[in-house]
Amino acid sequence: MASLKDIKRQVGAVQKTKQITRAMNMVAASKFKSAQSKMENFRPYAGKFMDVLNSVAQRVESAAHPLLAVREPKKIRVICMTSDRGLCGGFNTNLIKATERFMRDKSKDGKDIALISVGRKGRDYFRKKANIVSQKVDMLNKFDMTLASEIGDEAILPFIKAEYDELYLIYNQFVNVSIQKPTVVRLFPLPSVGQESDGDADARADYAYEPSGEILLQKLLPMYVHVLVYRALLETSAGENGARMAAMDNATNNCEDLIRSLTLKMNKARQAAITAELMDIVGGTEALSKG
Amino acid sequence: MSDELILEVVTPEKMVFSGKIEEVVIPGTEGEFGVLRGHEPFLTSVDIGELHFSSADGSKKSYYAINNGYAEVTAGKVTVLIETAERSDAIDKDRAEKAKEKAEAALSQLAKEHDDYEKMRLALIRAITRISVAEKSSLN
Repeated sequence: MASLKDIKRQVGAVQKTKQITRAMNMVAASKFKSAQSKMENFRPYAGKFMDVLNSVAQRVESAAHPLLAVREPKKIRVICMTSDRGLCGGFNTNLIKATERFMRDKSKDGKDIALISVGRKGRDYFRKKANIVSQKVDMLNKFDMTLASEIGDEAILPFIKAEYDELYLIYNQFVNVSIQKPTVVRLFPLPSVGQESDGDADARADYAYEPSGEILLQKLLPMYVHVLVYRALLETSAGENGARMAAMDNATNNCEDLIRSLTLKMNKARQAAITAELMDIVGGTEALSKG
Repeated sequence: MSDELILEVVTPEKMVFSGKIEEVVIPGTEGEFGVLRGHEPFLTSVDIGELHFSSADGSKKSYYAINNGYAEVTAGKVTVLIETAERSDAIDKDRAEKAKEKAEAALSQLAKEHDDYEKMRLALIRAITRISVAEKSSLN
């Protein structure tokens, strides 16, 4: 049995760990809140943007834009969006697994795959395993639309030049604090927009377009890519912090359990020590009185 | 015709401005244009440039450096959706100057055909716009 002193030290160590995990939980909670409000703030922009995009796309007859060009997919690029930091449960692992599965399926069909890595964790994992053409690390702590447009524009240019044929975005969709779902979205060629008609879009039909609808659409489509990437970034950031909150909450609970069982062990050891001492004293006095 | 004009400036980060105004001038792709109330409804794309408007009573003027988006004009309402917007008094002029120098230096090194050329050219325009908008605020 471990000595009293050893157990005491162990309890101290676990207590310190618990303090840290609790602090991390609180930090993640506040970051989660700000990520969530960022998502909230993005909603009016995204909503208005989609309205206009749909109404323009509906009015334009043949949506012939390089970003909509369908080619036989030989070369594929995948954006893998992970977090920069760990200690957030299965958040990154699940995503990396989903990415690997996706890449394996695609390479089975003899396709050439290159990776665009957003987030340090994914970069570190795939560094030696895959062909990374571009990476963005240590950006997720503080980002804005500029990052999304950078990622988007860097992908748009080679696609227009036909250096690759399809682009997929794999990220963790934010369902709620404890659930993040790895999701695959095809970015290029863009799935055609403006198919579903709603009354709102029709009501705008008496618009004047300046420049013409086609040119306008050419400007709106890259922005649409930015919007999609930005949304994925927001969901990643919210999901990461949500996952970290849950993971740290778990860790704190485990620490409490550990402390409880260690304290029990410690009390038992102390009791045993006292009993042993008493036995010694009783034995001693008996020996004296006999003499 | 409605007798007031409402302006909304929206970026992905936040609603930058929402309120009644007298007049707004927007840097459209086809040239700068002004909107007063009762303007013909239309939709246009917006470039990097300076957006400014005067408040409903005409007393205050605000300047913004904006970037890439579109403007939608309907009866009584102008919606400007852009990727970034900076109010003149929030612009860090020193940083903009540095960005300008950096972009100029990069442009002098790059060939026109290079992928980064367009990127740096846009960065330069952005920096110049920000500097000129930042100077506007000091006049107010």
